[in-house]
Amino acid sequence: MSLSITLTVNAVPRTIALDDPRVTLLDLLRERLDLTGTKKGCDRGQCGACTVLVDGRRVNSCLALAVSHDGAEVLTIEGLAEGETPHPVQAAFIEHDAFQCGFCTPGQIMSAVGLIREGQAGDDPERVREGMSGNLCRCGAYQGITEAVLQAQRRLAEPEQEQAA
Amino acid sequence: MNRFDYIRPATVAEAVAAAAVPGSAYLAAGTNLLDLMKGGVMRPARLVDLARVPGLDAIEALPDGGLRIGARVRNADLAYDPGFARRFPAVAEALLSGASAQLRNAATVGGNLLQRTRCAYFYDPASACNKREPGAGCDAREGENRLHAVLGWSEQCIATHPSDFCVPLVALGAVVEIEGQAGRREVPLEEFHRLPGTTPERESVLAPGELVVAVRLPGEAAGFAGHARYVKLRERTSYAFAVVSAAACLRLEDGAIAEARLALGGVAAKPWRVPAAEAVLQGARPGAEAFRQAAEAALAEAQPSGENGFKIELARRILVRALTLAAAGTPERLPALPASPLASHSGVSLHG
Repeated sequence: MSLSITLTVNAVPRTIALDDPRVTLLDLLRERLDLTGTKKGCDRGQCGACTVLVDGRRVNSCLALAVSHDGAEVLTIEGLAEGETPHPVQAAFIEHDAFQCGFCTPGQIMSAVGLIREGQAGDDPERVREGMSGNLCRCGAYQGITEAVLQAQRRLAEPEQEQAA
Repeated sequence: MNRFDYIRPATVAEAVAAAAVPGSAYLAAGTNLLDLMKGGVMRPARLVDLARVPGLDAIEALPDGGLRIGARVRNADLAYDPGFARRFPAVAEALLSGASAQLRNAATVGGNLLQRTRCAYFYDPASACNKREPGAGCDAREGENRLHAVLGWSEQCIATHPSDFCVPLVALGAVVEIEGQAGRREVPLEEFHRLPGTTPERESVLAPGELVVAVRLPGEAAGFAGHARYVKLRERTSYAFAVVSAAACLRLEDGAIAEARLALGGVAAKPWRVPAAEAVLQGARPGAEAFRQAAEAALAEAQPSGENGFKIELARRILVRALTLAAAGTPERLPALPASPLASHSGVSLHG
């Protein structure tokens, strides 16, 4: 069976022929598009290392069939920075030492970008922790992650405040 | 994962016709199905993908003040829909206490109803499981079963239904709309899931190929919005299934309970509504004594199925907690940890 889908990955339109409907979005990104920033941890939706944005929403790419996402817009960690300038969430993770080994970091960062877009956490660290509970960090960098998310959220809100003023 | 044929129907009628072929399974988000297929627990020969089927993703207001929720509406979209959360706050709280943000962004209403148990023996193809392989036996009976059912279980199966969403839904009298080759029918959610008996592999009243197209909440259920809570005890703070949970929805008149709607989660193979406990509260003054009596009535038939007798008293206490919080009034904003018994109901942070 040959199935063809189109995806926009990090703003680049792609037409992809799939010879097997079993390919997950995660395996498509890593194995066929060579975008290995998105990590395969548990591969069962439990660890969050594979988090990407699909049509602007954070999801576990390991539990998404690529063939079912024909026409979707996918944003991965590779598409986040503006050229050499890190995204504010990336910059905040560096500033707050929000990782140790780094394996969960792409998923943490994509999840944080999704959390900030959802706009439900506000400046409450408890709500940030709850909103990030789908991303595990075995090094235990949670303290720095929470601080980084809160700081990135403040920075991303600043231009809007200036406009409003 | 086994190989399968992939079918992408363009209408509900096409989907129902495609899924009538034996060995078919519907694919919505796949957050549970793909997990089960990766583990070899489910091996459908064909997947009928609902992604392009129109008419399944709307939240519609009904003339009676109720809502009709399409089967493909995402958990997060429903929980954050202002009209929905205002009318049915306990359902929104239950949704937000389930899974992780990533999963709630993908998982659907229909998939939530039809998700499979998280019994570890069901998930392990090397273990005996009557649900996975009828007649094979049940390794949970003599196994690690502290989280298993205390109501409605059988010698063949002691698994629980893992949904949070379904618990307040069943309390509030939700109705499931089903489409099949013979046409459309409706089933109250209370009658939708089956108890295991001698056929634990049959988990719902759906006939092969039938499709859940929507869930409806009646307008009168919005009358509980001022006093409606869901409380869920977990073994960790977040991103865990319920050990036990309870939905409590009250309608107060002149300081007395005019009507109560109560259900328990994590205790049986279905969301467990407790009409006997609702009857105890009718006309009663809200308070510790009435709530404890209701909790006794709710668990009157409970029996341990293994090393899980503690869940019976825990369920009573969680129901009393849910009733106490409901009587105090639905908060303006959900607490930081939705449904957590550790959270202050006012939403104040635990950690300062």
